[in-house]
Amino acid sequence: MRASTVKNPAAEAPKPESNYLNNGHTIASWLLTKDHKRIAILYLISVTIFFAVGSFLAGLIRAELILPRGVMLENETYNKIFTLHGVVMIFFFLIPSIPATLGNFLIPMMIGAKDLAFPRLNLLSWYLYIIAGLIAIVAIAMGGVDTGWTFYAPYASMYSNSQVSLTIGAAFLAGFSSIFTGINFIVTIHKMRAPGMTWFRLPLYVWGHYSTSIIIILGTPVVAITLLMLLAERTLHLGFFSPELGGDPVLFQHLFWFYSHPAVYIMILPGMGVISEIITCFSRRRIFGYEFVAFSSLAIAGLGFLVWGHHLYVSGQSMYQGMVFSIITFLVAIPSAVKVFNWSTTIFKGSVRLQTPMAYALGFMGLFLVGGLTGLYLSSMATDIHLTDTYFVVAHFHFVMVGGAVMAMLGGVHFWWPKMTGKMYNEHLGKLSAAITFVGFNLTFLPQFAMGYLGMPRRYHYYYLWPDFQIYHILSTAGAFVLAIGYAMPAFYLLWSLKHGKDAGPNPWGAKGLEWTTPSPPPTENFTTIPIVTEEAYNYDPELAEREETLADMLEHDYSPEGAGN
Amino acid sequence: MSTTMANSDHGHADGVFHQYENIDQQNESYIVGMWTFLVTEVMFFGPLFFTYILYRWQYQEYFWRTHQLLDIKLGGINTMILLASSFSMAMGVHYAQKKDTKRQLGMMGFTVLCGAAFLAIKLALEWAPKFQHHMIPGPQFTWPPHDGYDQSILALLHDVPRGAAEMYFSIYFGITGLHGIHVVVGMLCIAIIMFMKVRKFPQVESYIPTEMVGLYWHFVDLVWIFLYPLFYLMPR
Ligand code: HEM
Ligand SMILES: [Cu+2]
Repeated sequence: MRASTVKNPAAEAPKPESNYLNNGHTIASWLLTKDHKRIAILYLISVTIFFAVGSFLAGLIRAELILPRGVMLENETYNKIFTLHGVVMIFFFLIPSIPATLGNFLIPMMIGAKDLAFPRLNLLSWYLYIIAGLIAIVAIAMGGVDTGWTFYAPYASMYSNSQVSLTIGAAFLAGFSSIFTGINFIVTIHKMRAPGMTWFRLPLYVWGHYSTSIIIILGTPVVAITLLMLLAERTLHLGFFSPELGGDPVLFQHLFWFYSHPAVYIMILPGMGVISEIITCFSRRRIFGYEFVAFSSLAIAGLGFLVWGHHLYVSGQSMYQGMVFSIITFLVAIPSAVKVFNWSTTIFKGSVRLQTPMAYALGFMGLFLVGGLTGLYLSSMATDIHLTDTYFVVAHFHFVMVGGAVMAMLGGVHFWWPKMTGKMYNEHLGKLSAAITFVGFNLTFLPQFAMGYLGMPRRYHYYYLWPDFQIYHILSTAGAFVLAIGYAMPAFYLLWSLKHGKDAGPNPWGAKGLEWTTPSPPPTENFTTIPIVTEEAYNYDPELAEREETLADMLEHDYSPEGAGN
Repeated sequence: MSTTMANSDHGHADGVFHQYENIDQQNESYIVGMWTFLVTEVMFFGPLFFTYILYRWQYQEYFWRTHQLLDIKLGGINTMILLASSFSMAMGVHYAQKKDTKRQLGMMGFTVLCGAAFLAIKLALEWAPKFQHHMIPGPQFTWPPHDGYDQSILALLHDVPRGAAEMYFSIYFGITGLHGIHVVVGMLCIAIIMFMKVRKFPQVESYIPTEMVGLYWHFVDLVWIFLYPLFYLMPR
């Protein structure tokens, strides 16, 4: 998107003297910042740490399952470890990951605003997140939790004597952190758009976040109060869910999944937004069917609230209830498929260049497709009853959430890293890490489909009654360690690029979008003057792209050993 | 354009924060933000109401009988008090728009008093006797209640199972307790605005902050407007 701005000589200078990174060097200037870009960096660091913790726990789980009788963990300990793995990954990594890091950084820039509408609220939500994280750590230190990340009643409320209360408190606070982010995004997108930035000129990334924010404000309070009710049952004996107190445990499951199913879209919709940006940029094509992609985000957000019952097929709800939920669940596949078709068409018609972000985006498409299609087996009651609580489910949600959301997160970080830091990273290592991640991921989770189908239950730390599962577990564990390498690599070469990377310039990928019209790293106010938008999003020129490509080819083969695009 | 320049230099000139272009954009953002927050509040109360409806449907008869322990008159008085406070809050916003600070403070002060009266009645006259009669769910829960109530009511209660009664009171205390917390928060927010107004803080010069706490207070009332019929009126 080209933005005609009022020319300002300072903006043209090759090195802007002041940007958001060097504007204040003290620790306090970071911890008290109200700049959405700095808060995004704070989130990026904290989210990465939580991902590392969660991955370490995943490694323990996988190591334990190498032998049919387990390797090192007691039953108790195993329960605590998979619970913490789930809690950390869901509440402290996946939900905040893309919105709070890339969303915080990019939304104001993409719509031509100086900041989010409520910068203090934004900082507050980071602090809530950190406090929640600390509480969770205290809960681990005091003995951990063994209820599973879903905290099902009545076990969590009446029987478990582990640190459930603290952990619920932590999840509650993390929820409020995410609610504040959602409110901030909604108001910003409604009220802070630059002149000319109409709704249908918004980047699809912004549409993705808008839909996500709607889910957050409608869903997160529900899980917040549900957890509070659980807490009240646990501490004050206010009965809501426990049969002992006259309650109904299935009610908890309904309320919990009313949020937690849409929550998977909180995790995936922003990722889909990232993928839309990357694919248009590296195909040099206006996205095929912009409106369809935009509205499919809203449709996913809406339908997402109607399908929670597919988690309760075996809870004793009536068969007719199950049938209705099953049908609606199938419907959600439609808007998701619309997106995949539109991306494929865009790639098909475009002139594709396979740089690192694009490699991740293609990985996303592949894995999300498998995750989505296997979801159909779980949506239909007949197959689900066979597959419930087996590794098939574990594989399915990891394909969607790890294969989808984490791939998108990594792709987005690689795409906007030059914008955030002003530096380019090593393109070869980037592509290599994308490839390793893709291979490692499939090696980890494809075997889980197979053993799940054969009957390996989830949440068991041994399987000596049927040692035949061992081969699958060994493959899966081996894959996990390949995956770990793929995930760890970017941490090294990205950090390395901070010192040694080439200067990126404002727009290293030749991308459209307001964020690419400002220097990298951007100044604190984002733009030196308020941009005026005159074009639709993704106004790429395919012919120009072809010429560029020939040029890049020539450069790659004849002159530059480093390869094009660096 | 010139306002933009001035603001980006000083940040807070004429009460416009640096991220906004002008005061209109700022005010509109605040109001949209408050409405969005209220949507989250509605969803926050939602599951409790849903729980009530579900169990009321499951334990129809028993809930209906247990309902008789609530005092329709006290609830009615409290409804009146809250309605009055809602009205005075609206007047407070009105006077804030008119820049009539004295009347604005008077109206807001009255609103806070109403909130306090509401809580006093709730705690001293409604909750305290229930505490005395061990009607708080938990191991001490005593059922059916021994005395202190009309014979006709006690006769109604004798065959209500303990589980249903306990569930009833769980929901009752849960939902009125959460509402009570919101009343306290609302009173605090109004008091803070009043304090800032008295001390002439520039942030509250415009009527928007008053309008925002006003919206919040109306929401708190609204929850009660649903609570009162569901718990006190419908069973009669
Ligand atoms: C972003 C990353 C990840 C997320 C969000 C995530 C999420 C989860 C969740 C929610 C569970 C559910 C536990 C349960 O309720 O049964 C789980 C279980 C598990 N995860 Fe992950 N996970 C992630 C990454 C990984 C990785 C990288 C691995 C291994 C390489 C892994 C291996 C496992 C295993 C083995 C289980 C246990 C399943 C069971 O015994 O039921 N996860 N994960
Ligand atoms: Cu679901």
